[in-house]
Amino acid sequence: MKSTGTQLDIEAIRQRLEDSRGPKYWQSLEELSDTDDFHAFMNKEFPQHIEEVNANPVSRRNFLKLMGASVALAGASACTKQPTEKILPYVKRPEEIIPGNKPLFYASAHCMGGVASGILVESHMARPTKIEGNPDHPGSLGATDVFAQASILSLYDPDRSQAVIRRGRISTWDVFINEISVALGEQSGKQGAGLRILTETVTSPTAAAQINSILAAYPQAKWHQYDPIHRDNVREGTRLAFGRDATVRYMVEKANVILSLDSDFLASGPGAVRYARDFASRRNVGEGDMDMNRLYQIESTPTATGSIADHRLPQRASDIESIARSVAAGLGLQVSPGATSSDASVAQWVSAIVADLQSQNGSGLIVVGDNQPPVVHALAHAMNEALGNVGNTIEYTRSIEASPVNQTSSLRDLVQDMADEKVDLLFVIDANPVYSSPAGLDFRTQMNKVALRIHQGLYRDETGEQCHWHIPQAHALESWGDARAYDGTVTTIQPMIAPLYGGKTDTELLSVIAGQAGKKSYDLVREYWENSGAVSGEFEAYWQNSIHNGFVRDSRLLAVNLRIQSVAEFGQTPNVSDDMEVIFAADPTVWDGRHANSGWLQELPKPLTKLTWDNAALLAPSTAEQLDVSNGDVLEITFGGNTIQAPVWILPGHARNTTTLHLGYGRSSGGRIATGIGFNAYALRNPSNSWFGTGAQVSKTGETYDLYSTQDHHVVDLEGLGQMQQERHLVRESDLAEYQGDHDVIHDMGHDPAAELSMYPDDHVYGGPNAWGMVIDLNKCNGCNTCTIACQAENNISVVGKDEVGNGREMHWIRLDRYYAGNDLDDPRTFNQPVPCMQCEDAPCELVCPVGATVHTKEGLNDMVYNRCVGTRYCSNNCPYKVRRFNFYLYIENEFNLSQEPVRQMAYNPDVTVRSRGVMEKCTYCTQRISAARISSKISDLPVKDGDVITACQQACPTQAITFGNTKDRSSKVSRLKASDLNYGMLADIGTKPRTTYLGRIRNPNPTLEA
Amino acid sequence: MSQQVRTIQGGQEYTGPGVVGPEYDNTTVTEKISNLVLRKDTELSWFAGVAIGAFGGLILLVSVTYLVLIGTGIWGLNVPVGWGFAIINFVWWIGIGHAGTLISAILHLMQQSWRNSINRFAEAMTIFAVMCAGMFPLLHVGRPWLAYWLMPLPNTMALWPQWRSPLVWDVFAVSTYFTVSLIFWYMGMIPDLGTLRDRATNPYLRQLFGLLSMGWRGATSHWARYEKAYLILAGLSTPLVLSVHSVVSFDFAVSLVPGWHTTVFPPYFVAGAVYAGFAMVLTCTIPVRKYYGLEGLITIRHLENMAKVTLATGYIVIYGYAMEAFISWYSASPYEGFMMWNRMWSGPYWWSYWMLLFCNAFSIQFLWFKKLRRSPIFLWFLSLIVGVGMWLERFVIVVTSLARDYLPSSWDVYSGTVWDWSLYIGTIGFFIMMMFLFIRFLPIIPMSEMKMILPRSKKAE
Repeated sequence: MKSTGTQLDIEAIRQRLEDSRGPKYWQSLEELSDTDDFHAFMNKEFPQHIEEVNANPVSRRNFLKLMGASVALAGASACTKQPTEKILPYVKRPEEIIPGNKPLFYASAHCMGGVASGILVESHMARPTKIEGNPDHPGSLGATDVFAQASILSLYDPDRSQAVIRRGRISTWDVFINEISVALGEQSGKQGAGLRILTETVTSPTAAAQINSILAAYPQAKWHQYDPIHRDNVREGTRLAFGRDATVRYMVEKANVILSLDSDFLASGPGAVRYARDFASRRNVGEGDMDMNRLYQIESTPTATGSIADHRLPQRASDIESIARSVAAGLGLQVSPGATSSDASVAQWVSAIVADLQSQNGSGLIVVGDNQPPVVHALAHAMNEALGNVGNTIEYTRSIEASPVNQTSSLRDLVQDMADEKVDLLFVIDANPVYSSPAGLDFRTQMNKVALRIHQGLYRDETGEQCHWHIPQAHALESWGDARAYDGTVTTIQPMIAPLYGGKTDTELLSVIAGQAGKKSYDLVREYWENSGAVSGEFEAYWQNSIHNGFVRDSRLLAVNLRIQSVAEFGQTPNVSDDMEVIFAADPTVWDGRHANSGWLQELPKPLTKLTWDNAALLAPSTAEQLDVSNGDVLEITFGGNTIQAPVWILPGHARNTTTLHLGYGRSSGGRIATGIGFNAYALRNPSNSWFGTGAQVSKTGETYDLYSTQDHHVVDLEGLGQMQQERHLVRESDLAEYQGDHDVIHDMGHDPAAELSMYPDDHVYGGPNAWGMVIDLNKCNGCNTCTIACQAENNISVVGKDEVGNGREMHWIRLDRYYAGNDLDDPRTFNQPVPCMQCEDAPCELVCPVGATVHTKEGLNDMVYNRCVGTRYCSNNCPYKVRRFNFYLYIENEFNLSQEPVRQMAYNPDVTVRSRGVMEKCTYCTQRISAARISSKISDLPVKDGDVITACQQACPTQAITFGNTKDRSSKVSRLKASDLNYGMLADIGTKPRTTYLGRIRNPNPTLEA
Repeated sequence: MSQQVRTIQGGQEYTGPGVVGPEYDNTTVTEKISNLVLRKDTELSWFAGVAIGAFGGLILLVSVTYLVLIGTGIWGLNVPVGWGFAIINFVWWIGIGHAGTLISAILHLMQQSWRNSINRFAEAMTIFAVMCAGMFPLLHVGRPWLAYWLMPLPNTMALWPQWRSPLVWDVFAVSTYFTVSLIFWYMGMIPDLGTLRDRATNPYLRQLFGLLSMGWRGATSHWARYEKAYLILAGLSTPLVLSVHSVVSFDFAVSLVPGWHTTVFPPYFVAGAVYAGFAMVLTCTIPVRKYYGLEGLITIRHLENMAKVTLATGYIVIYGYAMEAFISWYSASPYEGFMMWNRMWSGPYWWSYWMLLFCNAFSIQFLWFKKLRRSPIFLWFLSLIVGVGMWLERFVIVVTSLARDYLPSSWDVYSGTVWDWSLYIGTIGFFIMMMFLFIRFLPIIPMSEMKMILPRSKKAE
């Protein structure tokens, strides 16, 4: 064993030895310090433990053994005197837990940017395995986004920090408390003048109260908030419009006409899951509801929202203010109108939008993206007010944030104070500013001037490495806590499992600063609410109820009546240069970089680009042509004095003369998966241009870089693509007027042979009571990807790594096919089509399998028998939909699944087989869920009802685009949808009789823009 | 009594009307052929040849070991291209084997006695080619150790083949083919093995050949039974020539992949196989006859006849290409139409289609010229081109069809990796090694059958 590497913290060892009770035998200092190196050595010397766990990842026995061992080791590695804890035999089972029976679900919350969304966590024998949306929570309504789905994987991420680190060495929480209390003592002498706390956006009432009490105790101390994906423009926009902070809430379902200015409100940001649902509720042509909404999308970077829009206009981010002004002026507001665009279609658009919005009598809506400057937000508020939308499609509440601040200024102030050496003691809580602050601030250098720096985070990341202390943070699924939802609903967070790595919650760290060391997060949250005065009646019942529901009912913030102060303050139309523009955006899968260590999210094909494992400089085809670059050519981009190199990805529909750089890549210390992939776009960002700016210099370096996308591996034959799509009618679209004139228009696009025309006998016996089928409504799907990752979590799907994606071997069981239509490469129409297994009634795969490993069930499922499969891959060749996925290697044990770590194995769903090498796999319609329903039905002797079986993709889908059920039951929703005249089977003309069908997309265009 | 071993000098091209050179009579034929086996000195070049083949065999071993250890991921396969080199090579090797069976069975039934001097050689080629071919379907599966599940073996796991799958038909077609070819080859060799037993001076060799010749004494009753059995086996093999490659073609034709789903495949595959097989016989015999001075036994006339068969079967293949293109247009199916257009012009593999046409359609037109048909050098080069062409044909069918099938979203490209190539080269090495061993240890030309045709050949002169 090498003794070098992690240095030993002698002091901590001594203390631990002193603290341990009774005679303690020890062999080496390494053993006492309980370092990672020691564990690695132990595992190397005695590898049978590891082997055993690897060999049988999901066995209950091993799981219990592991848990037992964890409990024992937790005792061994304790750093304080342990209270006597009795281990109880499993004679009396805990209430409601029946080993091997159904999992239990607990309500909790998932937070993004401080904003909570309700979730239900599936727990098998006290082991959380899957996240679902909380159907009662207003921010979820049962759906989730990709990040909530993937959070289960981060719980079991072996790269999360696992120990308190003091100056690079392992230490203990108690040593930390002792040392900090000294530093805090110094601070209390000078009223906390040197104390700073940096957090991300805080909506948690408990944490906010704690911070406020700290600020009361140390009046000179300061609290800074900074989230790299901040919403400063939104905050400043409401201040500009109303002179105060407010949170904007949209009632998308009431809007007939929506104008979105560079906003991806259906797929990212607070409330996106809810907005997507509300938006889709007005796209219900499939159920005969002709009352469709209409979405105009003017955007720079193509987004999921843009892909579902009826009209989409690509414009540079800098040019959108001008359009907003023109629309405002058109609506009669006294603002300086936008500059006349060189693009003739803009004027036409503006007049069409103005007329359309005005005709809605208050049922229009204007939504602005977080990246647009405050004045655009203010203009939108003014326009919404002028149109009478306020109170109908949009309302304002007091801010859901505990302390809304301009986060860029807040961070800048902090950096200034640090530079002036005013800061002695800095707490960075759940933030990673060394990585994610704008390069222009040089946060790292200034932070290193602080005498004592404490970092708390899930990972010992770039910031953690620069701090004297690193405190491992408890994962949200290990914590008690609270936060507000997009509408202010108080949402509770309860732990599903004890902290795996001894993490502490942010509230526990704050309680140390507040001088209340030792308080548990449970007590902190509970005490806050008990003393908050918000509760009338008995507290215990309120508490139980809230925890049970996952949120406090009717706690959303009430609308306040706000009026536009003065449009005169909205300034003049800016002069926008025609120089190259740079846009910064949160990455659709790794966000600001915090999810970069998730293999699931890294491999999730990003909406539209379908890129995996990388970010890229996105360019419009025409801009790429001008720069003479193609996919993978490395560009040198200089902006604001900084230069980075980034590979090009050409994205049809992207605005011209601008490039989008997604943040969140180029991590230098983010875990084994995150580190070293992609480029760091923060290096170009500066505080005055958080989101975009013109004047970038872009040049070709001549180098190339391999970018791997899961679609369009080669554009060689793109030429024939449009024509071919027309011939094959894979996605079908019509517009509302045409559809109302001819209801068969979607059906008639393809050739759907009648069953009796087949020469083959109909030899399937569908004897069971159920005939499973699925309908996917293309009117609703916006391509947000949640289904893909929900499926991955539910079905234990392996991550294969970048190279294997490059080899065309990604494993997703449901993928989102993206097609373009139209003649203009720079402004095509975009289609998203989720493709799971079609579960064909005449399945081509079944016929060709030589060993009968894929067979038909009585209920119409096309089953895959993994144990029987020898791996000829003939089924995949013969599958016209190419939904089958092959284990070319033993993927489940590759380095991207981190499955060499025992803890990672706990993330698997015990109801689903983990597939081995050489075996074919594919979508099963979540057969394990069907089985569970069948078992319940047998026990209760009642038939399976519509809605009893919900597939993972269906459950997670924010727009309810996916409907699954029994097609034999004429009253089931799936039967109703299949009876719709929009229903069609993809490639049904080749006679596969797919059970998964689609509802053709109906556009609702504005006739004046169609000509 | 030890027998004198005489060496017959060969090396003269025989262009007369017979099928055997004038230097041969009953004695010299035996001496010439048996001496190739029984001579004591072995030339260094033979060792070099075996070594080259064995080196390829080692590559094969390494490739197979790595494949079984790591998985089929070492190849360039993906979704949608689930089959690649392994299946291409399988079909290619199986096709090559066909000439042997055709020569021994069909030409025998048709009393084309000129085939007597090449049938042993071609049959050996068949055996070794089928061995190479047989490895691929076994190895290309994800879990090769379970490949035996394709066999109808009674077992306690309730496993049984799924009989509608052409892959199961393949198992039967190929294993029957191999068994019959092996028996045919071995049985045909028994009289010659008896001769070798009688002529061998080394007591161990005598024992060995004695064992292998199964007590052959050359009695009339032996001959009578031998002839009958040979005829029956020829009759049995004849349908196999047609069935094996038809079944192999079903692997494709039964599926619904555009470019595979084609009714012309069975005849087109069989013709292609005979075509490739004759090319391979030319590739192998031309250097061997030159090196061992067998021009008088495998004469120019033999070569010319083989060239004629190549040309004839080549035309059936060309008809197949034409029909594929015609039907894809005539069917008016958008999938078929796109497939052909993509294969010829717009796809990533357009070059392979044109190379295929060059090798298989253009190059064989030279065989219309008698002079070229009778030029061993020309035929040898042409046979190589045809070998490449037939490999490309399978590449075009397997890869281009899969890479661009129904859903554009799933399209991808395929290219062979180092391990794809190494397994292929390994089987070629194995084949070369087996051929060299065969040349040295077994009579490469059937002495008894040559003696049967000697009188007629002499008469023709």
